[in-house]
Formats: sequence, structure tokens, C-alpha cells
Amino acid sequence: MTLQQFMNEAISPWMREDGPDSDIVLSSRIRLARNFAKYSFPILADEDDLDHISTFIRKEYENQSFQSYKSFSFIPIQDLTPVERRVLVEKHLISPHLAEQGHSSAVLISENEQVSIMVNEEDHLRLQLYFPGFQLTEALGKVFELDDWLEEKVNYAFDEKRGYLTGCPTNVGTGMRASVMMHLPALAWTQQVNRMIPAINQLGLVVRGIYGEGSEATGNIFQISNQITLGKSEEDIVEDLQSVARQLVEHERRARSRIMEQSSKRLEDRIYRSYGILSYSRIIESKEAATCLSDVRLGIDLGIIENVSRSILNELMVLTQPGFLQQYAQKSLTPNERDVLRASLIRERIQLEN
Amino acid sequence: MECQECHKRPATLHFTQVINGDKTEVYVCEVCAKEKGYMTYPEEGYSLHHLLSGLFSPPFETQQNTPRKQTKELQCPKCEMTLSKFKQVGKFGCSQCYQTFEEYLDPIFRRVHSGNTAHHGKIPARKGGDLRIKKEVDAYREELQRLIKNEAFEEAATIRDKIKELEKKLGGDEG
Ligand SMILES: [Zn+2]
Ligand SMILES: [Zn+2]
Repeated sequence: MTLQQFMNEAISPWMREDGPDSDIVLSSRIRLARNFAKYSFPILADEDDLDHISTFIRKEYENQSFQSYKSFSFIPIQDLTPVERRVLVEKHLISPHLAEQGHSSAVLISENEQVSIMVNEEDHLRLQLYFPGFQLTEALGKVFELDDWLEEKVNYAFDEKRGYLTGCPTNVGTGMRASVMMHLPALAWTQQVNRMIPAINQLGLVVRGIYGEGSEATGNIFQISNQITLGKSEEDIVEDLQSVARQLVEHERRARSRIMEQSSKRLEDRIYRSYGILSYSRIIESKEAATCLSDVRLGIDLGIIENVSRSILNELMVLTQPGFLQQYAQKSLTPNERDVLRASLIRERIQLEN
Repeated sequence: MECQECHKRPATLHFTQVINGDKTEVYVCEVCAKEKGYMTYPEEGYSLHHLLSGLFSPPFETQQNTPRKQTKELQCPKCEMTLSKFKQVGKFGCSQCYQTFEEYLDPIFRRVHSGNTAHHGKIPARKGGDLRIKKEVDAYREELQRLIKNEAFEEAATIRDKIKELEKKLGGDEG
């Protein structure tokens, strides 16, 4: 397979579209946790009940379309190889938890991969909807319609006082987790993100690095999401998240222009060094790759690097993860082999631009 | 001032909670503050285990001289989740667990959801039909009160008709 073909399959179609503020906000996501009233939650349900659920979802929704989310494919997790499962996790279409499930867990994915519905994860259903760029309100509106569409056939576990009932007390109420993925290189360099995190936490929001371990962000990509699901309406939660993200966007823009004013040569040097490493290295670890990709992407956003498409960061952050590398190689790879393949894949991708 | 939860110990702590925009003042003793979840853990990544354990010391049995009846352990009739298991895993087994363990839930939710215990969001379209109507009726009632206060009787009459109309729908097809 050529790299071009592989990328076409690997990058979700919706990721190629440009959304508002996509120089900083890479994507917006809303996830809803829902359960069938009739069956116990997956941790305690019999295999038979879980089978019923997954058979029902397959029967009712496989190959169906909802608005612009066409022809859902139904994928039983047990039919996937470990590498294929990992690839779905790396594309954020399923959770690591779902990937570990066997029998009767599945995922329903729309053709453009904007919608994925996990079946028999911690809850019976987990609906996820992605939008490119900063479009939380749009995503909320759509996910509500999707939820209503499913509810025509599913009797949800719902309680007047507690709301949508979920397996974990942390999700009860709205069952909603809204999040934005943000590229914040200037705030990260100037150590401002770390100073802002406590204030953001106080507002009931959580900040974490998306590709790195714990709260450390590789590639300066941060995910901001709501912590509280009970007591506030979905609209209010989204509004709070939106206003914090909006402020972060503004802070980031200001920090970028300040760096440009005060140390443009050093910034330019750093960006070009990273560009050089990505263009010529023969072995590269994922962390170094992420740092360099973040630099190059910033260079593109600031007009320092021209003729390289902006989507390079999003694409390569996804493609250079272990699952994808092994899928590209069509075999399992040792960490050393992965570093070699990662370097060559990045070089090839950069050459595609010229 | 006595603690508003146990009404025994003096209230040594004062909390101001903002829930849905309403400010509530809470005066409690230290023991109740911990047990009832008024003290929240602001640091990120709290463990739910840590959070649940300690909450489950039976709420009002600190009273002395009251002989305690040895009762069978609380268990969900549907999924058979027991209270001690729930405490251990920190997860519900089914939707009925919410009723089964109801008396233990407010403190947990308060801690996890910054003082909140009740849902204020989306209602299922089909199932919640009645509930949606009830909420609509409530909204109209408030409107009605306001109109009456302002002596806008004509408008009030229209609203009253709307309420009657909606109330007819309530439970109408349930038989
Ligand atoms: Zn007390
Ligand atoms: Zn139960």
C-alpha cells in the first residue's frame, strides 16, 4: 500500500474538513452515556442480556443512516485483531476499555467516522460525535438529535430525580462528557498552561494531555472537558466549557504574537530545526516526533513555514502511533523498529507536500 | 447553632453552595460535613474508592444506647449488587440500584458533582413525555402567578386554559 492510500483510509473523513478556529481547536466532541432500562449494566449483566443488546443494535442500525451520518457499520470487537483494535483506539473511535472487551461488545461507526456508538462498554451505549474545529454547540445540537433517533427504539434507563442512569456515579444525570482538543504551544512554552489549570479545575472542568501520560501533554495538545454531569443542563455545561476554551484561544493567540514580537529569530530557529529533524531523521521516538510536529504546525499557523498543509499535525499525530505503524507495516514491530518506521513515514509524508 | 444534619453536635463549619444558580447556606458539624459530602476534594484525580469508603458508616447510628438491629445486608433485587460490593467497586449494577441504595447516594453525588444531587438536563422524548408536560405546566404556573400579581387577568385566563389543556394530556392515555 502506498502512504497516500494508507492515509486515505487512516484519517477520518471529517478530520480533513476545516472548522472554526481550527488553528487552535483541533476538534470538538460530545459523548453521551445511555443504558437500556431493562437490562443490568455491562459489569453485572449476563452474557445473554448483553448479546440481546448487541443483536438488537445490529438488527436496527447496521447499514442505516441518520441525516448526514451515512451507512453505519457494525463492528463486533471480537472480530478484530489486537492491532485493528488499537487502531480504532488511536483514531478515538473506541475507548481503550472497549478494546479490551470480547464477546458482545461492538461499535457502530458512520461512514464519515463523525459518529461512533460503543455498545456494551461501561454503559450499554456510548454515543460520540466529533466536529472539526471549535463547534461545541453544533455538536450538542446534533448529538441530541441522534439521541432522540436512538430513543425511538430504545427504552432508556432514566430517573426523574437523577436523570440518565449510568454505571458510574461520575456520569449520572446528563451522562455527558463534552470536550475540545486544543493545540496550545505558545501557552505551554511560556508555562502559562500549568498556571491556568487550577483555575480551570475550579470551574468544574478537567485539563489533560491527550497523547501523553497523565496530565503531561505530548505535542502540546490538551483536552478540556467537563467533570460534573449532575445538576447542570447540557447547554450550561457546554456554555461553560465553551467560554473557557474561548479564553484559552485568545490567550494562545496573544502568547503567539508576543513570542513573535519578542523572540522571532529564536522561534524561527526552533521551528526550522524541528522541520529539519522531521525531514531527515532516520529514527524518531513518538515524544520527539510530537514535539517537532507541534513546532512545525505552529510554524505553519504563523506563516513561517509555507507550502506545508496544516493538517500535517493532526494526520501525523494519529499515524505515528504504535497501532497505525504496525498496521502500515502489516506486522508487529519492536519499539526500535517502530521508531525507524515512524521516521520514514514522516519523511515520506513531508515529501508528499513538495 | 446546631448542626442542621444531625441536630446534635454544634455546627462548626459553614458552606455556601451554588446549585443551579441558587445559593444555599449550610451549617454543619465536622462529622456531618465529611459524611454528607459537603467537603469536596478539589484536587483532580481523586479515587472513587477513597471517596466511597468512609461514606458508608451507617448514617445515623452513632446514637448511643440505641440497640442496633442486625439487619440483612442491603441488596439490589434486580442485579443482586450488595451494599458492600457497591462500596467496593464504586459502580452501580443496574438502574434499580439507584433506588436500592438511594439513602446513600446524596453524599456521593454531592462530592462527585460539586454539591449537586438532582438532574437538570435533557429528558427522554418518548419516555419523558409526561415529565416534559409536567415541566411545561410548572413553567406556565409560574407565569400565571406573575400575571395575577400584575393583574393581567386576560392573559392569565389564556395561560390557565393552556394548563388545563396540558393537564388533560397527562395520564390521559395511560388508562
Ligand atoms: Zn452534624
Ligand atoms: Zn441493581
